[in-house]
Amino acid sequence: MEGTSPPKILLRDLSMTFPGAMNGVPLPVFERVNLRVEEGEFVCIVGPSGCGKTTLLNVIAGFLKTTGGHVLIDGEEVLVPDHRRIFIFQECGVFPWLRVDENVGFGILHSPKENRRRIIRHYVEMVGLTGFEKAYPSELSGGMKQRVEIARALAANPDVLFMDEPFGALDYFTRLRMRAELVSIWEREKKTILFVTHDVEEAMQLADRVVVMSRRPATIRTIIEITLPRPRVLDAQEYIDMRNGIFEAMGLDHSGLGSASDAKKSSD
Amino acid sequence: MRSSLERILLPVGVTSCFIALWHGLVLWSGSTIFPTPVDAFTGIVELMRHGVLLNYIVASLFRVSVGFLLAVLIGIPAGLFVGWFGRAFSAFNPLIQILRPISPIAWIPVAILWFGLSDLAPIFLIFLSSIFPILTATIAAVQNIQLVYLRAARNFHVHGLALFKKIILPATMPQIITGIRLALGIAWLVVVAAEMIAVNSGLGYLIIDARNAGKRYDLVVAGMILIGLIGLILDLAIRKLQQLDEVRWGFQSFAAR
Ligand SMILES: Nc1ncnc2c1ncn2[C@@H]1O[C@H](COP(=O)(O)OP(=O)(O)O)[C@@H](O)[C@H]1O
Ligand SMILES: [Mg+2]
Repeated sequence: MEGTSPPKILLRDLSMTFPGAMNGVPLPVFERVNLRVEEGEFVCIVGPSGCGKTTLLNVIAGFLKTTGGHVLIDGEEVLVPDHRRIFIFQECGVFPWLRVDENVGFGILHSPKENRRRIIRHYVEMVGLTGFEKAYPSELSGGMKQRVEIARALAANPDVLFMDEPFGALDYFTRLRMRAELVSIWEREKKTILFVTHDVEEAMQLADRVVVMSRRPATIRTIIEITLPRPRVLDAQEYIDMRNGIFEAMGLDHSGLGSASDAKKSSD
Repeated sequence: MRSSLERILLPVGVTSCFIALWHGLVLWSGSTIFPTPVDAFTGIVELMRHGVLLNYIVASLFRVSVGFLLAVLIGIPAGLFVGWFGRAFSAFNPLIQILRPISPIAWIPVAILWFGLSDLAPIFLIFLSSIFPILTATIAAVQNIQLVYLRAARNFHVHGLALFKKIILPATMPQIITGIRLALGIAWLVVVAAEMIAVNSGLGYLIIDARNAGKRYDLVVAGMILIGLIGLILDLAIRKLQQLDEVRWGFQSFAAR
């Protein structure tokens, strides 16, 4: 992971200000973000809710225009979205009018028919949805829908995945399982993953490096490298120390925050 | 979940009570003009014997079909266009909002002036009454398409005609169908009013003629019942649209299963 080869993603002095979002006052969201992500790296971005993580990911993906600085991917400036880099949305972007298999095949509409069918079958199986190919998303649980979106992204064979709190709406145990599945998919498929979350423990379970953002206007507070092998056990003392360090960097009181926020959201 | 017995018994019971109440009230009032349910039923039989009934029903349905289909064919594309392009919306929406609240009944004199006492007058009125619900629903549907769907499509390089076919049309279809259903209901209301004034055939004409020609209120009520039954059948037919696989996701009944 040394910097001799060109980085996969390079953010240079990236800033974003929404012009007059509320009552005409410009809203600076993040400022002077510099980041280097290597090919095949799994990087998590954590920060308090509303600090601009979604906005940052949208800028990197090309959905929003930046107001300062540059995004370079493979050395090229990002101006528009690209099918080599697929975004997985916080609000779930699975099309409710298409069946599971049609959703998964959405990114490969121009592949030859037989090839397309084979790819769909492969990724439906990988995310454990075999037997549900003909179901509509409204017939699936939240976790299954999220897996459809992941399968749709992987089927398009991108080299980068942008994931915006993809497991945020899931219950606690589904979330744990989805994390483990994501790690094994990442180890097999060798994608570069930029994963946004407000959940520090989630970031520590997944990432090679955790980028810690401050409150708005957000800047990178610190970047923490996690070299320990996966799957990771989160009650070891070194993790607890690391987690408290991250909470401090985010500017949050860390007394029992992590597990409390997990328990609060376990609905479904 | 309600049992099927309940689903049949409850409405049959309520309707029977309504008919019994109607019967009782007419007897109690001692009216010789207003018909009992039995009079109304024999009225329907008499109309069928007479031979004009089928012609009248066909005439009404024909006018509704032509005016309504024209509204669908023009309203959906126009609504998609106005909803999708912000500039078109700014340009057309104020005009639509001014024309929309004008009752189709208010247009009857204008329709007679332009089209005379012909089929064209009620067809024009039905077109007018159906196009606004369709336009409004379609415009709102396009504007309500969730940003994630459009972004996901962009992400996979789906643009232009493919975007229209794969995202815009399916995403808006449930709301458009709701608008269509509303429009057909209104069209069926309006055809009766239009036929009372602008033509001399159809179910609306049947009612006004039965009253004017001999105070035959049994035939008036018989006509009303037929209008209600046909309206129900039309609504049941259009509701089938909501059960198509591609749009079921947009309707409550599907989510609640
Ligand atoms: N399109 C927009 N226009 C104006 N302000 C926005 C827009 N999108 C987000 N914001 C504001 O930017 C801030 C950061 O939002 P977001 O990136 O969604 O935060 P996060 O994902 O970290 O919770 C919020 O205060 C939000 O209200
Ligand atoms: Mg967000």
